[in-house]
Amino acid sequence: MKTWKHAAASLAGAFALLTAASPALSADKAADPLKIGFVYVGPIGDGGWTYAHDLGRKEMIKKLGNKIQTTYVESVPEGADAERVIRDLAAKGNRMIFTTSFGYMEPTLKVAKSFPKVEFYHATGFKSDKNVTIYNARMYEPAYLAGIIAGHVSKKGILGFVASFPIPEVVRNINAYTMGARSVNPKITTKVVWVNTWYDPGKERQAAEALIGQGADVLLQNTDSSAVLQAAQDKGVNAFGWDSDMTAYAPKAHLASAIEVWGGYYTMAAEAMLAGKPIKTTVWGGMKDGMNDLVSISPTLPAAAKKLVDEKMAGIKSGKLAVFTGPIKGQDGSIKLAAGKTLTDKEIDSVNYYVEGVEGQLPK
Amino acid sequence: MIESLNPLLASALAAAIPLMLAALGELVAERAGVLNLGLEGMMLVGALAAFVAVTHGGGLPGAVIAALLAGALFALIFGFVTLTLQANQVAAGLSLTILGTGLSAFLGRQYVGYRAPDSFAELPIPYLSELPLLGPSLFSMSALGYATLALLGIISWFLYRSRAGLILRCVGESPSVARSLGLPVMAVRYGAVAFGGAMAGLAGCYYAVAQFKMWQEGLTSGNGWIALALVVFATWRPARVGLGALLFGGVSALGLYLQAINVHVSVFALSSLPYLATIIVLVAISSDQNAIRRNAPASLGKPFHAGG
Repeated sequence: MKTWKHAAASLAGAFALLTAASPALSADKAADPLKIGFVYVGPIGDGGWTYAHDLGRKEMIKKLGNKIQTTYVESVPEGADAERVIRDLAAKGNRMIFTTSFGYMEPTLKVAKSFPKVEFYHATGFKSDKNVTIYNARMYEPAYLAGIIAGHVSKKGILGFVASFPIPEVVRNINAYTMGARSVNPKITTKVVWVNTWYDPGKERQAAEALIGQGADVLLQNTDSSAVLQAAQDKGVNAFGWDSDMTAYAPKAHLASAIEVWGGYYTMAAEAMLAGKPIKTTVWGGMKDGMNDLVSISPTLPAAAKKLVDEKMAGIKSGKLAVFTGPIKGQDGSIKLAAGKTLTDKEIDSVNYYVEGVEGQLPK
Repeated sequence: MIESLNPLLASALAAAIPLMLAALGELVAERAGVLNLGLEGMMLVGALAAFVAVTHGGGLPGAVIAALLAGALFALIFGFVTLTLQANQVAAGLSLTILGTGLSAFLGRQYVGYRAPDSFAELPIPYLSELPLLGPSLFSMSALGYATLALLGIISWFLYRSRAGLILRCVGESPSVARSLGLPVMAVRYGAVAFGGAMAGLAGCYYAVAQFKMWQEGLTSGNGWIALALVVFATWRPARVGLGALLFGGVSALGLYLQAINVHVSVFALSSLPYLATIIVLVAISSDQNAIRRNAPASLGKPFHAGG
């Protein structure tokens, strides 16, 4: 038994060494820094969603230095595990906690009730509380611009979308992508495959292959890895990066990357907390606020496409162009929104239908 | 119609190959009586090693060698702890997974975000690859894919037809009998553990350099556990491991394929189907209690006290 204990200790020791190298524990020990916790749904090396959040955290550290001290926990499953992790972060004296995935909504609200003095910030949800504040990025804006590019590039008129979970956040991106493409080519259709996960490169790739097999030649994904882009390059079709700039993964297939930029928000929220006036209002930032963007647009794009994208991007950034402007038709061609009207934020956040041009049935 | 099945079959096979590699390695280790739950960790370490090798100009042979070595060496840590120090195999295996996940993530930080400069391309076999139905998938795999099928045959032959295989199974059944026969129990078990690690490393290499052509943290996304389950449900028989892997890959590809051709089935049902189908089929063909008893290594997971 003794030997086993030694062995276990040495394994545990090796593991502890690894975790000790994380920036969380090596942060400067300034006088009472503001402790901030982050809960991530994927690994920070996913090159996508969680990677983007971690870039934001790092930017905040760069700006605020030793006034703050951050801790993060990665690859936390949505559900009961999340509650435990969030509770643990709160108990360890973190005064601000960012929970960065949709599925953390209920656990965040639950833990927040037991820690009224801690400020919780939940990304992409729709329920807030006295000390739970929502923040989100309008990813449907770059998704719409990506659609415009896809409309120009697609030869077969079939787009593919690898989707994660059937929630409004994802459904509206499918809609925006399709609307963007149909603004260029009204005959284009979008095929959707749901993989029921945020991060599983194997499944994401299989989904991409299934779509390409059915003729889709420009793909977009609402999942967190770059597997779809890789599959596109291997099969000689095009795709977009999502969440982070993914150019280097597939230089040939890559058309542009729709990204989130969280650093500004994190810095602002921490500064407000340091000043004693924590942010309590929902921030739903878009390209106008610098919270997301469409970057690394491929130089191979036709000039007409480039020009149109620039134009629409300028419109979105100045606030003059709202993506979800009528007429918006449902799959059966029925009018969902009359011409000239725009969807309110509440409507955008509860969208539960596909627009015209999306194939298949929305899972319920 | 048949042609539209090609991408489905190819995608099923691509998903099945790494499962087969990892599960076959684990099968050999378990047949020698060692239960190594560290598959996921060894696969990740192998994947990273392969990606690092190929990134630094090692080429494809370099990637394969790096993955085999990294997997084997990593497994030997487990071997030392469980065989020499006689620690609990379940706990040590779980630690190995945790260690491998953390270690690969930590060391791999700087490799996130790039495409592998070199990767295993599909090598269609002339004529055979033009056969209907199976041709375009089965006969246009990458070199690693063909190697996997060859390994399936070699391992079956080794276990059931060679003297060395008999020794390995004997060690797994009853190490004390094996020892009384003068067989090198420890050496066999160390060898089997290292082999299991090398195969898991190769599975990782397949992910990083053949299928995804990239490194991302946790890119095996739980497939190590599926491979582990396959070994048990296939009652420690290589051919059934192969069948189970194909079934799992096939059903998961089918679920996504049905969506792409607009067949409306609940996506929640579809995503649980691969697990259900694989378990049901393997349990059904392996439901003979006597057969299970005959195939399950009797000393699986039990430490062996030399001289005791």
